[in-house]
Amino acid sequence: MEKEEYKKLISTIVPKENKLKNGLIAFIIGGLIGLLAEILVVIFQSKFNLSYKESTSVMMVILIFFASLFTAMGFFDNLVSFAKAGLIVPITGFAHAMTSSIIDYKKEGFVTGIGSNAFKLSGSVILYGVVSAYVFGIVRYLFFGG
Amino acid sequence: MTIKFNNIYLGESSSVACQDEYKGSFGKLYDIVYDDYYAGEKTFERAEVKMIKDVVFLTLKKASKKMDDIDVIIGADLLNQIAANSYSALSFDKSFIGVYSACASFCEELIVASFILKNNKINNVLVNTSSHNMTAERQFRNPVEYGAPKPKRSTYTATGATSFLVSVERSNIKVSSACIGSVVDMGIDDANDMGSVMAPAAAKTLYDYLSDTNTKPSDYDLILTGDLGVYGKEILIKYMKEFYNIDVSEKLEDAGSILYDRTLQKKVNAGASGPVTIALVTKNYVINKLSNNEFKKVLLIATGALMSPTMNNQKLSIPSIAHLVCLENVL
Repeated sequence: MEKEEYKKLISTIVPKENKLKNGLIAFIIGGLIGLLAEILVVIFQSKFNLSYKESTSVMMVILIFFASLFTAMGFFDNLVSFAKAGLIVPITGFAHAMTSSIIDYKKEGFVTGIGSNAFKLSGSVILYGVVSAYVFGIVRYLFFGG
Repeated sequence: MTIKFNNIYLGESSSVACQDEYKGSFGKLYDIVYDDYYAGEKTFERAEVKMIKDVVFLTLKKASKKMDDIDVIIGADLLNQIAANSYSALSFDKSFIGVYSACASFCEELIVASFILKNNKINNVLVNTSSHNMTAERQFRNPVEYGAPKPKRSTYTATGATSFLVSVERSNIKVSSACIGSVVDMGIDDANDMGSVMAPAAAKTLYDYLSDTNTKPSDYDLILTGDLGVYGKEILIKYMKEFYNIDVSEKLEDAGSILYDRTLQKKVNAGASGPVTIALVTKNYVINKLSNNEFKKVLLIATGALMSPTMNNQKLSIPSIAHLVCLENVL
């Protein structure tokens, strides 16, 4: 049997993922995270007299803290595999990726374990985040005058 | 390549498993069920080592043998350097052979053991197989606490260990023949879809064996594949029908599809995987049926996806292999 023919054979049997359902769940849960973040920002601005910029930073720290805490408590991975992009795309996904790597490599030592593996999954987010920040920064400077 | 064996028998065997397997189809049959993935050890890898040690001593006890009676120990697991078995072998102080062909290892071990037993001076070989969900996840996929989405076609690595005594001492179950498989690659590169990767290897080995021995599927009571999962099993049936014009649907069962209770344990998706899957089902189902005289002849086809994350990242597709062993009831 040729490879192409085999691919056709398996496509009739292997189930497809329900992209619409997954997308909808991600949209709703991702949206709820966004709503939660906005509520936090409003509360910090009105009750704690923080500026908008300070409020967003504190909000992010709080989301990162709870995503990491829930990962360490062992149930966040089940939520992530259910919500998929809804929890992976917001900052909770970044915190989750980092914490889970750290938990995994803790037993291999602080340097050889945690040190070299903490960014195993999230390293690409940081690298391409920084690269794209530079690219868009330059574009903004050149075309819109900074 | 098909080989016939004379005077090689399966002796006592034992199996240990963890909670997910306990909730599955053979829950009460495992000799030890551990409370959690650590099995009282500090790390998952050390837990796998402990499982192998436990299962070896259980088998020796059942067979009323001492470690001195064993000539060679063969071990296989999924870890790099076959670490779990290598570290457990340290405490056995016996001649040790580690083999690896991913989830096809169990039949490969039985074949190696049978060849070793052809030597007149060797009487008893222990065959140990293990896998651990968490150590396999760490090695091949993501950190264990990372919630990577699991598609419906993915399989769930079984946690457990088995130890079989293969011996020249006569017992009810004979290892009568075997077929050493060849590596097959049908261009599938999806690391989540091992069933599609391995089905052609199983088909080729089964076809080779049937044509070498001039038999047909109805000559056997059961043809048990390793860990194709429910979709891989369907692919194998269709592939055998379309490509070789052999109908295996009546006799074929897949160890991965029956190890767990898939209606209750949704998280296993397409079924169980890992080298221990077919070994657990052989120990707790096939051997019982052979001993009861319900089965006469059974084909075990352990299927392995020879997945290297490095090669896969380099955009190469995943090769696979399947080894076959024929067990016969000689009551």
